[in-house]
Amino acid sequence: METGTLRLKTGLAEMLKGGVIMDVTTAEQAKISEDAGAVAVMALERVPADIRAGGGVARMADPKKIVEIMEMVSIPVMAKVRIGHFVEAQILEALGVDYIDESEVLTPADEHNHIDKFAFKVPFVCGARDLGEALRRIGEGAALIRTKGEAGSGNVAEAVRHMRLVLRSMKELTILSPEELMTKAKEMGAPYALVKLVAETGSLPVPNFAAGGIATPADAALMMQLGAESVFVGSGIFKSEDPAPRARAIVQATTHYREPDVLARVSEGLGEPMPGIDLTRLEEKELLQIRGV
Amino acid sequence: MKVGLLALQGDFAAHGKALARLGCGGVEVRRPDQLSGLGGLIVPGGESTALLKLIAEGGMDRAIQEFGERGGAIFGTCAGLIILAREVRHPAQPGLGLIDVGVERNAYGRQRESFEQAISVPALGNDPFPGIFIRAPKIVRLGPEVEALATVGSDCVLARQGRILVATFHPELTPDGRLHARFLEMVRAGA
Repeated sequence: METGTLRLKTGLAEMLKGGVIMDVTTAEQAKISEDAGAVAVMALERVPADIRAGGGVARMADPKKIVEIMEMVSIPVMAKVRIGHFVEAQILEALGVDYIDESEVLTPADEHNHIDKFAFKVPFVCGARDLGEALRRIGEGAALIRTKGEAGSGNVAEAVRHMRLVLRSMKELTILSPEELMTKAKEMGAPYALVKLVAETGSLPVPNFAAGGIATPADAALMMQLGAESVFVGSGIFKSEDPAPRARAIVQATTHYREPDVLARVSEGLGEPMPGIDLTRLEEKELLQIRGV
Repeated sequence: MKVGLLALQGDFAAHGKALARLGCGGVEVRRPDQLSGLGGLIVPGGESTALLKLIAEGGMDRAIQEFGERGGAIFGTCAGLIILAREVRHPAQPGLGLIDVGVERNAYGRQRESFEQAISVPALGNDPFPGIFIRAPKIVRLGPEVEALATVGSDCVLARQGRILVATFHPELTPDGRLHARFLEMVRAGA
């Protein structure tokens, strides 16, 4: 019997496809998410919009809170660690968390290195803005990639940019000749073996989800139509006026993402979404996506 | 004979690839009317709580029950088994009752307890089948009409009742197509 294999790690992500993973800060929110049809919840201390507003160092959530959430719901529970903070990851593995997000939303603990994710039995998800970043994370052992987008912004534009860029770069690789791949790998700063694999298959060797700024059912369906295999919704649900109906609507929109009549029906009367941020008004240093590339 | 893939949530695309390797094109099913004309249906792995809500929303729960009662062949893996079972516990939730088994969810533990293990499946020959168990359920009760096709330890992991086949593991995540081929034989036998 074997545990912690790559096939088991990516396998859990396969089970989450076509679903919504919701950020929660309390057991009560986790229950609301499960009842709405979430495929998993992400346990954290504060949602990204509050982290952005509050400032200071953002860290792994209190283990007591994570355990309360794990006891409340039967769906998988994910939790975030700071980039490079392998001890926070050891703690989450000891708690029995089902997926670890090594996340730019928290304050990075290591400015240069990410966690060696092969050292863990629990799978990791990491954010990426482009294909080179995605392949570096997979090279370190990530079993699931998500766009970084711009977390806590309520603005889907960056997630769209990152998803399009990753998909376009994969298509470009498939038309290069074999002798061009090493130079391309060098330019992308990505492991040659993974560049070669993507050139042959045209897709990532792990599932590819969307995250960062998704706030409405239409946003979720947009990311799915662009090619995302599932969506993470961070601040978008519990920073909105009426979370439960919005959560249910985003689940429906993610399943029926190609049916505009369903999208129209589920988008009706959801109340105010979370307030968004015009990203052009943010300074470069205020962006979360530039952390840990 | 066309085979449907319940495509509301989960790893239905992996099942589609497994069927394609056997030369069978799977049809994605999201609405009850899409079941008409199909000889078989695969209920994939996924999150059973989410799947249950999605099948209840559009009347798909009743449509799948009718499909089974009309003699359609159905293959459920992991969450798919949980959806098709008669009783579900840990925690308790409704099932479609298409196969007379009792199921305990997440019975081996959390993701860190997920495991791979070769399984002996006498009906498929001597070569062991690669078993991938992800937050897997256990079949804790087998009805008198249900045939156990494979066990791990003392637990039944593969079972069949008439035209319903269920596994607690994920054959769709392996290149071994023998179980999907067996399911396609079941589909053809009813045509």
